[in-house]
Amino acid sequence: MKSISMIAVALALAASMGAQAQKSSSDSIAEYRKMLEDGNPSELFEVKGEELWKKARGPKNASLERCDLGKGPGVVKGAWAELPRYFADTGRVQDAESRLLTCMETLQGFNAAAIAKEQNFAKGEMPNLTALATWISGQSKGLGFNLPQNHPQERKMYALGQKAFFFRGGPMDFSCASCHGEEGKRIRLQDLPVLYKNPGDGLGMAAWPAYRVSNGQMWGMQQRLSDCYRLQRFPNPGYASDVTIALQSYMGVNSKGAKIITPALKR
Amino acid sequence: MKKHTKLAISASLAIGAAVLAGCAATSPKQDLDAEFKAMLQSSFSARGIAKMDRLDQDLGQSACSSAKQPPEAVLKQIEAEALATLKWPDGGQYFGDWKRAEKLAQSGVGMAWNNKSVDPKTNGGQCYNCHQIDKKEISFGTIGPSLWNYGKVRGVKDVTDPAAAPIIQYTWGKLWNSKAYSGCSNMPRFGHMNMLDQGQLRDLMSLLLDPRSPVNQ
Repeated sequence: MKSISMIAVALALAASMGAQAQKSSSDSIAEYRKMLEDGNPSELFEVKGEELWKKARGPKNASLERCDLGKGPGVVKGAWAELPRYFADTGRVQDAESRLLTCMETLQGFNAAAIAKEQNFAKGEMPNLTALATWISGQSKGLGFNLPQNHPQERKMYALGQKAFFFRGGPMDFSCASCHGEEGKRIRLQDLPVLYKNPGDGLGMAAWPAYRVSNGQMWGMQQRLSDCYRLQRFPNPGYASDVTIALQSYMGVNSKGAKIITPALKR
Repeated sequence: MKKHTKLAISASLAIGAAVLAGCAATSPKQDLDAEFKAMLQSSFSARGIAKMDRLDQDLGQSACSSAKQPPEAVLKQIEAEALATLKWPDGGQYFGDWKRAEKLAQSGVGMAWNNKSVDPKTNGGQCYNCHQIDKKEISFGTIGPSLWNYGKVRGVKDVTDPAAAPIIQYTWGKLWNSKAYSGCSNMPRFGHMNMLDQGQLRDLMSLLLDPRSPVNQ
């Protein structure tokens, strides 16, 4: 109840922001962000994610409770802090969302490839994957990233992610580095973390999944990256495709020790 | 543990075999480049107006795709090639309407897979995303330099004065193809990539350089 009224007040404040005198606009935004920290709607998605983890679903009518996120079947605590990592059963480096797809196929009998084809994050199994990732990420809240780099595939994904980060293309010549390559920069009023090195606690990789106040949506890292590429004016990166995992390997290794604050709250 | 060792051995055997089979002349860097290209092709797909050819790099895009700037000679080549592409405005007409330009500078719309058309008329100029322009707008980005008082600080009091010609031409060139002056510039090539048409560029020129524009007050 308290959270909901806080959100209502914050939204009213946001609506009135446009009409306010310009000198106070920056202050209003800061105040608005602070108020929302008391009532982060992402908690609702964590609850949904935990329910989905435990619920028997799919053609095999099974739960995800035996899913191996890298620390053994069913171990969720701390798993997020070590993803993406190499999985011997699939022979691939996987992030949380691609690993969930694997478990949904092997344990629950879903068709992972069919699910991953969906480009609309509001449709089909996409909101479920986001909720699951939100809950799983919350189970590593406060931990520092510690991605393994022992397997050659893990080191290769880091190297490929680095190339992807600096890869310029599209009609606007943008790469990830165009926006995330220099200290102290922003787009409009949005501060941009520097991501070719460790951005510090709670920034970049450590801040997604996050609830976005501007559009009232919960976004996982896959959706965050997809929208980055949309804004880079690139073609569509497939859900759980290697380029999305390589970038997370790069940013995750760079973020070693950075504290995870997910699920976070964003503009 | 045993299984892991076996896997590792068979993996390295496979790599060894591949090297013997015909990759002997390639370096690890070339292998990674090839793998990266393959990854892009398998990961991305065309969506709406955003086709796969957007991943085909020209010289500048490819040379500016690493943490380090390319060597001076390569930068010079990018700049020379970009300079050669500059198209000057029809009839030598550099200026339009700064009032229309403010709206264009505000809009960040265009060229993404959810946009319907690649027609420049449907695109915004994206300017405030990265630049301060009119001080009245407090929501501006900082990736590019502030453009507040752009014409004023460059001494443009009358755009028809021949003394103003060099800065007028430079500004048009920068908007048309920013890489002509800085090979790895972060700024898009609005004219060269057909994202803004001549009329839109003329309006932006007025916003930046016209002494009557709010930017120069």
